[in-house]
Parts: sequence; C-alpha cells; structure tokens
Amino acid sequence: MASVLRLRKLYFVNPVKSSSMGLQSIEAHKSDNKRNVIVAYVKNLMQKKQDKDDKKKRNKNINRGQSREWKCLDNCCWIIGYICTFWWLMFFLYHYLPLSLPGFPVIDSPGAVLKREGISGRHPVVLVPGIVTGGLELWDGKPCAEGLFRKRLWGGSFTETLKRPLCWLEHLSLDNETGLDPPGIRVRPVEGLVAADYFAQGYFVWAVLIENLAKIGYDGKNLHMAAYDWRIAFQNTEVRDRALSRLKSKIEVMYATNGGNKVVVVPHSMGVLYFLHFMKWVEAPPPMGGGGGLGWCAKHIKAIMNIGSTFLGTPKAVSKILSAEDRHVALLRAMTPGFLKSEILGFQTLEHLLRVSRTWDSTASLLPKGGETIWGDLDWSPEDVQNCDLKKVDAHSFRNENDSDDSERKKCFQEQEPVHYGRIISFSKEAATRPSSELSTQNLEELKNSGGSNDSSFSCSDVWTEYDEMSRESIRKVSENKAYTVETVFDLLRIVAPKMMQRMDSHFSHGIAEDLDDPKYAHHKYWSNPLETKLPDAPDMEIYCLYGVGIPTERSYIYDSSYDKCKSIPFRIDLSIEGKGSGCLRSGMYFVDGDDSVPVVSSGFMCAKGWRNKTRFNPSGSPTHVREYRHKAPASLLEGRGVESSAHVDIMGNVNLIEDILRVAAGEEIGGDKIYSDILTLSERINLKL
Amino acid sequence: MSLIRRRKGAEKDPKIQKDEDEDKKEKISGKVKETKAKKKWSCVDSCCWFVGCVCTTWWLLLFLYNAMPASLPQYVTEAITGPLPDPPGVKLKKEGLKAKHPVVFVPGIVTGGLELWEGHECAEGLFRKRLWGGTFGEVYKRPSCWVEHMSLDNESGLDPPGIRVRPVSGLVAADYFAPGYFVWAVLIANLARIGYEEKTMYMAAYDWRISYQNTEVRDQTLSRIKSNIELMVATNGGKKAVIIPHSMGVLYFMHFMKWVEAPAPMGGGGGPDWCAKHIKAVINIGGPFLGVPKAVAGLFSAEAKDIAFARAIAPVFLDNDLFRIQTLQHVMKMTRTWDSTMSMIPKGGDIIWGGLDWSPEDGHVPSKRKNKNDETRNGDGDTSSKKVHYGRIISFGKDIAEADSSEIERTEFLDAIKGHNVANATCQDVWTEYHDMGIEGIRAISDYKVYTAGSVVDLLHYVAPHTMERGSAHFSYGIADNLDDPKYNHYKYWSNPLEMRLPNAPDMEIFSLYGVGIPTERAYVYKLSPAAECYIPFQIDTAANDGDENGCLKDGVYTVDGDETVPVLSAGYMCAKGWRGKTRFNPSGIRTYVREYNHSPPSNLLEGRGTQSGAHVDIMGNFALIEDIIRIASGAQGEDLGGDQVYSDIFKWSEKIKLPL
Repeated sequence: MASVLRLRKLYFVNPVKSSSMGLQSIEAHKSDNKRNVIVAYVKNLMQKKQDKDDKKKRNKNINRGQSREWKCLDNCCWIIGYICTFWWLMFFLYHYLPLSLPGFPVIDSPGAVLKREGISGRHPVVLVPGIVTGGLELWDGKPCAEGLFRKRLWGGSFTETLKRPLCWLEHLSLDNETGLDPPGIRVRPVEGLVAADYFAQGYFVWAVLIENLAKIGYDGKNLHMAAYDWRIAFQNTEVRDRALSRLKSKIEVMYATNGGNKVVVVPHSMGVLYFLHFMKWVEAPPPMGGGGGLGWCAKHIKAIMNIGSTFLGTPKAVSKILSAEDRHVALLRAMTPGFLKSEILGFQTLEHLLRVSRTWDSTASLLPKGGETIWGDLDWSPEDVQNCDLKKVDAHSFRNENDSDDSERKKCFQEQEPVHYGRIISFSKEAATRPSSELSTQNLEELKNSGGSNDSSFSCSDVWTEYDEMSRESIRKVSENKAYTVETVFDLLRIVAPKMMQRMDSHFSHGIAEDLDDPKYAHHKYWSNPLETKLPDAPDMEIYCLYGVGIPTERSYIYDSSYDKCKSIPFRIDLSIEGKGSGCLRSGMYFVDGDDSVPVVSSGFMCAKGWRNKTRFNPSGSPTHVREYRHKAPASLLEGRGVESSAHVDIMGNVNLIEDILRVAAGEEIGGDKIYSDILTLSERINLKL
Repeated sequence: MSLIRRRKGAEKDPKIQKDEDEDKKEKISGKVKETKAKKKWSCVDSCCWFVGCVCTTWWLLLFLYNAMPASLPQYVTEAITGPLPDPPGVKLKKEGLKAKHPVVFVPGIVTGGLELWEGHECAEGLFRKRLWGGTFGEVYKRPSCWVEHMSLDNESGLDPPGIRVRPVSGLVAADYFAPGYFVWAVLIANLARIGYEEKTMYMAAYDWRISYQNTEVRDQTLSRIKSNIELMVATNGGKKAVIIPHSMGVLYFMHFMKWVEAPAPMGGGGGPDWCAKHIKAVINIGGPFLGVPKAVAGLFSAEAKDIAFARAIAPVFLDNDLFRIQTLQHVMKMTRTWDSTMSMIPKGGDIIWGGLDWSPEDGHVPSKRKNKNDETRNGDGDTSSKKVHYGRIISFGKDIAEADSSEIERTEFLDAIKGHNVANATCQDVWTEYHDMGIEGIRAISDYKVYTAGSVVDLLHYVAPHTMERGSAHFSYGIADNLDDPKYNHYKYWSNPLEMRLPNAPDMEIFSLYGVGIPTERAYVYKLSPAAECYIPFQIDTAANDGDENGCLKDGVYTVDGDETVPVLSAGYMCAKGWRGKTRFNPSGIRTYVREYNHSPPSNLLEGRGTQSGAHVDIMGNFALIEDIIRIASGAQGEDLGGDQVYSDIFKWSEKIKLPL
C-alpha cells in the first residue's frame, strides 16, 4: 500500500515538473527525487506567476494525458471509497438509532398487548411448517457438493444456487422411481425453530409468531417446530426420518412436562395436511401407524389452528406439475421473455424446475381433492355465484391499483360473460368459454396406453423431462380443443407425468369416500384427504380454519400448446388471453377470492360445512371455527410485508391472526366465526353427502 | 505508515495540486472557490480513495478466494506435509462400518450456546440471538448489559426477574463454539460419513450455568433427554444408545443416570433397569469425574492459568480502571452466580488429592514424559527433583508451598470475624462477596497459609458464603462411607462418583477417553493483591517460578500431566480403579476402559488445531479418538478396541490412593 501511495505522489509531482521545466534531466530526478521535487515546486511557483496563461495552456496539453491515467483507476477507488464510507456511516447510524423514532407510530406487538392484559402461555405449542418454507441441509453428497456438509441447500441465502446450480438441483431432486433419496445423497430437514423461522434472510415465516409467543412466556421447552422433509410423501417422512414418531414423542413430553396441559397445534399451508395425516397415523395400529391408540388426540390436543389451510388442495399444484408455472412464474416469464428460457446460459430454468419438482411427492398432496363435486364440472362450479362483484364490495381492502379496474369489473358483472371455473385447464380460450356440448370429448384412455411410444428419439437438450418421452402426436391429441375438470385433469397428468402419478397413487388419494367404514380407508394414502378420513374421536378438540381473503387467487388456467419438437415443455399458460375487461380472467388465468395461493373453497369448506357439527367426516362433533382475515396491503414501504396482510405466507405476520393464536394458546376464548367471503354460500352450493 | 506519508505528500504540494485543480476548474467553471475545494479534496477524498483501494483489494482477494477450488488448501498442505490421512469416517466407511447405535452428545460447560428469550430493555433486538457462543458481538457492544443477562439470581441460582436465557437446542447448540472453532462438528461430520443423521444423533443441550437438578426443574431438560433416548432406541429397532459426554457433561450424565432410575418426585421414574435397557456405552471424553483444581482458582479469584499468564505479561491491563470495566470482578461476579462451576470443585478431599505432605502424583517429573513417551517409566527412581507438594492446592507464598509441613505455622481462619468494609462505595457497582469480608477476614485466610483439597471447600465456604450455600444444596464433595445410607438418595450426591453407585447394568460399558502429555494446573501459589480494598484480594503469584526449565512450578501454578484442564487423576481414576471390577461404587461390575491419547501439537499452521491433539477441547478433533468412538457406535465392544490404552502413570497413582472399594 505504501508503494502505491508513493507512486501516486510521484504522479502528482511529475506532470507539473515536466510541464513547467520539462528539460530537467531524468537522471537527476531519479537519483535525488526529493530535492527535485522541491526544486520543481519552487520553480513552478515562480514560473506560474510569470506566465500563468502560457502555463495553463501547456499544462492542459501535457498534464491531461498523464493525469487521466491515474484518474481512471483512482477515480474508481475514490468512488468506491465514498460509497463504502457512506454505507458504513448509514449502517452505523442505523444501528445506533433508537428503535422508535418520534413521529412514527409504534404499533405494539400483540404479544406485548396481551401480556399487559395479564395473559400468559398455558398450552404448549407445536408449529407445523408447510411446503417450501422449511430449510433443508446436506448430510451426504456427491463430490461437487464438497464443503456443504450441514449447510442449508434450501432456505437461508441460497448462495449455492448461484455458485453451482446444476449440483444444487441434483442434490435437491429425489429418485423418480421411489420418491426417496437418490443413491449417495442425503438431504435432510433442518431441526428446531430455526428450520422455518426465516425462509431467507429477512423473509420471516414463523419468526413473528414465535417472538409474540415468547412475549407471553413461551420458550424452547413448550414451543416446538415439527420440521419434516416437505419434499417426500407424508408417510415416507416416517419411514425414512421417523418424523412422525418424533413428533408424537415430542407432543407427549410437552404434555407431560407442562402439567398436563394439552397441546395447541399450529400448522400452516401443507402442514395442515401433514398434521391431518399425523392424527390418523398416531391412532392407527403399529405396523402402519404410530400405535398411540384411540383417544390419543383427545388426550393430547386442545386445538388445531390451521393457517392458510389447503384442505382440498389448490389449483396451483396442477399448473406446477403441468408446466412448472404459477401466476408469479408466468408473469415473470412475460416480463422477461428471454430470461427463463434463455439457452445462452445453457440453462433451461423451467425445464430443470419441472424435472426436480416432479420428483417431489408432496406436491401431489396439494392437487385438488373432491373432484367435480367440490371444484365444479364443465358447466358448473360453486363459485359461479360469486363472480367478480365480490371484489367490488371489498374494494377498499384492495390495493389501489385494483380500484381503477372497478368500473371494468362492473362491466364484467353486467355482461355476464360465462366463467367456467370448473374447467381447471383449458387449451385455448374457446375451450374455456364454449358450452360444454361443443368440446371435444375424445377419450384419453387410449393415449394412456400408447403414451410410452417415443417418436423423438433424440432429445433436444440435456435436460430430460418426461415430455421428451411423449410423442408429439399424443401432445396434440391431449391438447386439441379440450377442457379438463378436476377429475379429468388427473388423466391428463397421468399422461404427461406418468412416474410421478404412479408414485402419487400409492401415497395420496383425491376422491370422496362413499362409505368411510370401508376397510380400505385404513390405508395411509387416504389419511391426508379430509374427504376420505374421519376426524379422530375427540369431541373437545377445536379445529380452526384461519385464512386470508381479499386477494385474487388462481382458480383455473388457459393453456397454450406448441408442437415444436425442440421444446421440452409443450404447454404454457397463455398469458395473452385477457377477459373482456374482466378482472376474473387476466393473463390466461381465472381468479377467485382467496389468499393468493389457496382459494377460499379449499381453505374454508371443511370448517364451514364438511366438519361442521356432527357429520360423517366428523363423527364425534369436534367444534370447528372459521376465522377469515381481510387483506390490507401495507400502507408504506416502511411497514415491510405489512401487519395486516393476508397473503398466504405474509399472514403469519398478521396481528389479528397472531392475537387469535395467542389467546387460544393461553386457554382463552376467541369467539366464533368471522367471515368476510362467500364461503357459506359456496359451501351450500356444494352437494356433498355429509 | 503509508497514511502518514500520504498526508505529508498532500501537505507538501498544495500548489502543485492547485495547478491541477485549476485545470479541472477551467474545465468546469471559472469560480474562485478553488482553494477551499482543494483543501477538502486532499483530506476527505484521499481518505475515501484509500478506503476505496482497500475495499477493492479486499473484494478482489475475496473473489479470488471464493473462485479458488475448494481443494487447493489441501493440495498446499499435502505438498508440505505429504498426503494427509483419510478422516476416520471415510476410512471406516471403506472398512464397511455402518451406523448402528443411536448416539447422544452431552456437551460440557461453556461450549453450549445460550440464547435470549426475554430480556431487559438494553437487550432489545436480541430475541433468539446467541448471547453465548457464536460471534460474541454483543459482549463488545454492550458489555454490562451482556453480563447482566448472563448472570443468574444470586439467591436462587435461577433466572433473575424479567430475564430468560435458554440453551440453544439441536446439533447447532455446540457443533461450533464460535465461527471456525469446532467442538462437536468434526465428530458429527465423521459420524455422518458412516450414515448417521439427525434421527440417530441427538445433542442433549442443557443450560450449563445452572445446577443439574435445576435444568429439570426449570426446563425439564432431563425429562426431554429421557424421552429422546427412549424414542431413538425405539425407532432404531431397539438398538441401545451410545452416550458421549464431554467435560462437565460427564458429571451431568452421571446425574442423569441416577435421576432417571430414581422414583418420580425427585427422579424420572424410569425404573431400576432403565440404563440397562437403553444404554450400550458411556464414552466419557475428558471427564472431570473428581473435579478440577482450576475450578477452585476460578471461584477463588476468577483466575486460571491463561489469565494469570496474561496478567504477568500485561500487568496493568486486567486491573485497569481506565475503561471502568474491572474485567475480572465482573467475570467473578457473573461466574459465582453459576451453580454448575461448583460441580467441578475437587471431590474426595485429601484421600484423593493428597494432604499436606503427600499426593498421588508425587515424583512426577514433567520433562521426563516428553523424552520417553512410549517407554515404560521408572518414576520413583528420580531423586534429583525436589519434592513437590501437589496436595497443597492453594498456598500463600512459594516458600510455604515448598516448606515441610512441620515448619508451617497456621492459624485457624474459620472463626475469624469478618470485618466490615467501610470503603464499599468506592468500589463502584461491582459487587463481589469479598467486599463483605473486610480486611480481617482476608488476613485470616492468608494466615492459614496452606489449603488441601479438603480444606479448600471450607475456604470457599468462608469467602463465598452465598455461592457455596446454593452449591451445597446441589453438590457434594465427600466420600461415602456407607452407600446404603438413605441420605444418598438425595440428588445432590448424584454427580459425585464417590457418593453414588453406578446403575445396575452389567452389559453397559464405561469408557474414559482423555488426552495426556500437556502440563495441567494442579496447585496454586497465591499472594495478597496490593490494593485489597476494591480488587479481588487474592491473586496467583505469577512471580513464583521454579527456575528450572522443566520444573513443575511456573508462574505460580504447579502442573501435572493431563489435558490442560483436567489432571489425569480426575479423568482416569474412576475407570482405572474406582469402578474397575466389582467395587462398592460399581456393584453390578460394569466394564470400564481407560483410553489415553498422547498429545502431539499440530506440526504447522495449516493443520489448524491438529488431528492428534490431546487438549481438553481440541481432542474432539483427534482422529484416533474419533475412530474409537465410531467403532463403538457401530457396534464394537471395549475389548475390540484393544482394552486400555495408557501413556500416563494413572495406574501407579491410583494404587497410591487408599480408598476402600
């Protein structure tokens, strides 16, 4: 560093010297630099006074050339230095700033408010994270993953994704045959509260809730995160990791060491299904179940507070499996068309994603359940009544940008453009809107049998997806002028993703049970489907459905298909299709009310009707409650993700929801239903034998 | 240096710069402000320039470092030292070993992380952040706040009101103590190689500050460990667990074994054969079964060899009032609220640790071991060395430490009246119990001159009455005459191997794995500190030296063989003799094995903390030790490992201890 500085000093001196007295001998300058500098300096002073104008001109000519040399590098350094210093200064100030500036209203966290009310934690709390939000870490890997032992592959900073993307994908994939670890790779869930408190740096999932629980007295001994590997099928978490046994033993210990207070379970998203599975598992006899005996749930569980419950699945799962897209991905694709499919990087992002996510069994658990009875058929759907005017009523709770569409919505309502929500996947807009009699009704059965024939023997890239094994002919047949309902969409998926659906058939079921006493329903594949299981015999166990409403949520898709031989994913959401000024159909997707990921019918139906009072799904009559939270977008950037948001994940920071959970955990009553959406009318329209 | 030169340069040629600036100014505009702008430029801007340069270089290096293949350091190391041996996990995997028995880690004192769950206002924003372990960033930012939160209540030994600091749970609790400073991480990584993962490994993290029974009372830690072991045994096809306690975890697990079989109100109610059913082996690493002399020095004057050494080098620094932080007093105040430190006071009194005139280690010459590592020693033949009285754990003055016992005049201190300290107010807010003692009390202590392991307990009772009162409710340091006495059912005896029976589990094996070959603190020479008013009145007399290069006395500390923290006697005696065969402490005849690991320091810096270290914590990275553990975890018995492996004189010393067995 010293030499650099000295060099720079010389630069300061040299140009002047050469300009003012350019004839100075170089040898002298070298041997006695310092003296020369002084001499130059003095002479320069004199000369400058004498002929200032002259010098200026000369300086300009000669000096500029040399000074630019240092300018380039040094200016860079200078700018970086400025930025760094400024940054540090801000950082420093930020750290020493009092947390509450005068002028900004400080909202007390619900935990602090309740503590002041004198409420303290009573029941131990178990958190069950959902899909995607839980961290995964590496325990055993291929050579390319060296040095990543026990580092997070999923969650955290995702730095490895950028550093070695292919290696990363390889380690996150599962075996496509078994749905378990590929040989030589062990990726396991992170344990403890850190598993899902923050998904990435600063992006909270459970952290806010945990902090509020701590305020009323919770700590590690009565707060447990039931982390599990969210990629594999629920029963496999037990087979491979003993996750269900561990959860059982954890709940038993917490129950015993907290003075016999029953546990409050808080599952989120897919965790809802996981815990449903757990409740059946724990009471089932040992080889397949946990052997806790009948009454285990009644003895150990006080309440289940399902957040953003995906009881009946979500249409998003279909599009994820079909084309690895959902609304956000599709919009991203629309905005940067070159990016996601760019082959410049030699990296076909979506194809990779599709391949990896199809090895994850758990996505199959989120496919819509209950078939056409719940989700509607070609001509009918429970949401038909709600149409779009629902959003008009709640317009104040929407983002401002939506207000501008208000008039258009009204128009949509007046025009009565037929919306067939029941057609979850339609190829082309005609298929989505046409009366059902005009749709092609070709039977898919023959395709299913001939699906294996592969006429494109070479694949166009090294990214292998199951689409490469499909003949282009069958792709055309599948997609030509067709609309699929929830039931037929399974046939479609069986053709495009045969391996995955094969695995799925042994782990999940998506139907409706005719007779729940049929002994076949003792199999574990039915345990996570609320329409094919009975709730445990626990008349005192409360079930809450807590979910957000007021956000347009994907309900059905219009797809575009291309028969290009070299396109690994032949189906894409057709983003160009817009409804006639309608808010319901935008960018090739039909929207209904929901929490951005899950439509209300999925999150609310079971609590609002399916389990309400004594039904065949709820023989002991466990009380159910529906608590909806209306979306209120954060008013300013300072609020971050908002304290009253009700989006699928952001709802975990919703103060009202947190207060409800805290009160239940403390053993208080929180009152009955709180409903903003049309869930009750929707439920009435669903003709399900109860 | 470079900065100064730079500034000089800038001062020297303002005019020249001015020229340049004129050019610039011409280019931009013709204002006359130039001189001012110029001056500013040279100061702030060159600073920025400098910062920029440093940052850029740093980033460049960082980038290069990251872009470098991960195996490069290994190549370099191999080029220097020759090919490295395979890590034991890889080696044993090649031999075909697989994960078999579930493994439980029990961390020791200090190494486990603690996090904040509820705190005072000064700790805002630290919720669920580590106060102990990790980067210790908060210690520097808000030291007094940190000390406040780490301290416990001086009366109850539990949380002070409004503060809840809880142990971190999971493997992260003690895999690394601070970034890059491994504790369990190497062992975990090697176990993972042969197939272990989270379902078969469990870190029994507990709050190491509070007494053992209180971890159950406050956090139900013992219950959770019990249920976790039961679960792991059940989900692994009934294969029994292998327990690996380290350091104080050894005592904690002994407490657990007694607790779990004791009936319900005080114990865990697991029934009399719980251990036999669930535990295959207990592999104690560096276990201070009989306590460590270091604990005495820690409680007495908050010093250990390292601190005393630092004091000798920089005498002003630690006693400094300049920063108003009186470091040692704060540390002392804090550590005296931690009950667990008292579990490591030397146990067994004079019978084990030696009296005024004898000690089991008599005749030990440290230099000899270095020369003849692998040869059989003939220790008693050495006449040249003068007799060292290791039994005198604390002596006031070097001459006292060396004098014959008949020459020492002692005055009883227990009856001395504690004076009142008038100058309390001058001592700021740092309160230690010494302030209540007064000068008379302090003098009485120094007049007694010599303390053996037995009387040192009385000494601590005298100087730290509060602390020891709490301690005596939880720990005991004696030797049981009759183990059938019903009083030994009380939990305070459960962590003292000399006052409890091992559980009835004839198939269980107990290993004692520890390092040898490092000088370890055994006895101290103390002196009164000069300003006894506000300071801790005693400090280790760092001027007391042997003069001899190879002497045992160095900087006021007598050392014996050990692993730098625990003397061989404490780590090895129980397995070498106290529990060997069927004894009254081991009625069911549990097999015991002593495995010693000779210390050899890392040969160069690239090896980090070494793969053959025998130091108390670094031994967790010792390849030989890890190999032994992996073999046991995958099913080997003690005999398969080759039984005992002894380098020190532990068997000879054990023979000298006259303890009825």
